[in-house]
Amino acid sequence: MLQEHCKLLAVLKQTGEVVGRKKLQKLIYIAKKLEFPFFEKYQFHIYGPYSEELNLRMEEMCHLTFVEEVKEKKAGYYQYRYTLSQKGSEFLNLSNYELPNTKELLNDINDQSSKFLELVSTVLYFEDLTRNEVEEKVFTLKAKQNYTKEDVSEAYRYIEKLRSALITQ
Amino acid sequence: MTRRFGTLEEEKVFKDPVHRYIHVRDELIWELIGTKEFQRLRRIRQLGTTFLTFHGAEHTRFNHSLGVYEIMRRMVENMEERENWDPEERLVCLSAALLHDIGHGPFSHSFEKVFHTDHEEWTREIILGDTEIKNVLLVMGEDFPKKVADVIAKTYENKLVVSLISSQIDADRMDYLLRDAFYTGVSYGQFDMERILRVMRPKEDQAVFKHSGMHAVEDYIMSRYQMYWQVYFHPVTRSAEVILSKILHRAKHLYSNKYKFKDKPKHFYSLFSGKITLEDYLKLDESVILYYFQEWQNEDDPILKDLCERFMSRRLFKYVECDPSIQMKVWPELIELFIKIGLDPNYYLVIDSSSDLPYDFYRPGEEEERLPIHLLMPNGDLRELSRESDVVEAISGKKRTDHKLYFAKDILEDQSTFPKEKQRILSLLIAQEG
Repeated sequence: MLQEHCKLLAVLKQTGEVVGRKKLQKLIYIAKKLEFPFFEKYQFHIYGPYSEELNLRMEEMCHLTFVEEVKEKKAGYYQYRYTLSQKGSEFLNLSNYELPNTKELLNDINDQSSKFLELVSTVLYFEDLTRNEVEEKVFTLKAKQNYTKEDVSEAYRYIEKLRSALITQ
Repeated sequence: MTRRFGTLEEEKVFKDPVHRYIHVRDELIWELIGTKEFQRLRRIRQLGTTFLTFHGAEHTRFNHSLGVYEIMRRMVENMEERENWDPEERLVCLSAALLHDIGHGPFSHSFEKVFHTDHEEWTREIILGDTEIKNVLLVMGEDFPKKVADVIAKTYENKLVVSLISSQIDADRMDYLLRDAFYTGVSYGQFDMERILRVMRPKEDQAVFKHSGMHAVEDYIMSRYQMYWQVYFHPVTRSAEVILSKILHRAKHLYSNKYKFKDKPKHFYSLFSGKITLEDYLKLDESVILYYFQEWQNEDDPILKDLCERFMSRRLFKYVECDPSIQMKVWPELIELFIKIGLDPNYYLVIDSSSDLPYDFYRPGEEEERLPIHLLMPNGDLRELSRESDVVEAISGKKRTDHKLYFAKDILEDQSTFPKEKQRILSLLIAQEG
């Protein structure tokens, strides 16, 4: 029961902490695009792929005290830190749910900046398009982020690296 | 030179109980409505299983799509002379409004959960694939279908256009709130849409609302909030959705295990195997699904048979409120007892959560990815709605989540078999409510 919730608890267990709602959103999206079994529905929003379902699921787990959410004031905005609580850990143990072998990969993604993950997830969102079309999408839809061609190349390299790591696992 | 669609010789109108009349004067729109893909929406209810709770809720995606088109038509008309508005976008807006739900399947919320399909991806396929709709759109130019698909996918470069169809206050939401309230018969979905449209002003990235119209926007927010809890999240509807999902899960499971169906479910084959084509997808509608549910009542598999009988005869599951953080320790015993009495807990003991629902209510941004509603102040500044409105602040600050545990109470109350175990299950379930 509540298996989709358990998956998110397992992500927090494996990563230790996720800083920022945007990062969490992109982390799950990228994992989903890498064929990990996440089923939250995503749509394209201001900062790229975004799942209201994931947002609400996290809210539920905060209310259930399975997840600890710490709100921090930053320059001009608020940031949220997420960790697995004792109760969440207990629930995860009771459910017997185990994510596939994702720890290394999730931690690698979690170590990247939110801005870079926004670009990576945007490239993944448009991955059926040609490279030129993807660049056009990035530069028009994400004009305010000022990504460069080199940033886009870095995103492609990173996606390739993640996929290669999966194959060799 | 290739002919493009122009204006109809005579305006066409559809009578509509929500907007009174839906006006069509563009040949393009008239042709789109006539396509077989758009006509298919007549056979897909707007609110899925809600008709089992509110018997009037039989309206379809067809009515709603026409309604969204009509609101968009009025929005565009109001903005035609204003700054920031590009008149060239008119037909893109109208087409996107009309087609925004074209990819919905039958009972699509449950379908998408079970088969991991996405109606937005199907929308794109239908607009860009080998369909009558694409052929009609192509008359307006080679890149026109892509423009329409991009607006619906929210990846169109003109963000103002996207915001008219998809934002915190858009043509889609305004129509479904008014329409769903009308057809369910509830009295709390009303708001003054005409007023909202009159105070709407285009800005570079989104439409904003003159401060003088704030109370009309407040009413809209209240309507959205009330409809969320009173209609969309109604526990009886959720029970029907739970049973519907379990029927689909069971049929898929049986198919994977080479079960011999008495009536081969050929419409489901590609869904079950995860390789569905556009042609197969477009053949699915609610009449097809209900035909199988009718037939599966005669199947030998007791779970599929029972669930279908429940759905068709509205013998739904009962529920108790539940708090998984408190009751989680009881669940292993509950599951064990269910297995002991021969009831598969995967089908007969189900938690449904607020995050399972495709609707939401207004929440202002806090490192969020959704643009909040902005008011245009008399001095030209923009202010987020909940900072100006006490009413909106009061409800948007409240975060409510909810979990319900659904089960077949009628089976548990039949004490002719396993009376002791069933009694124990009932006492554990009642204890869930605290």
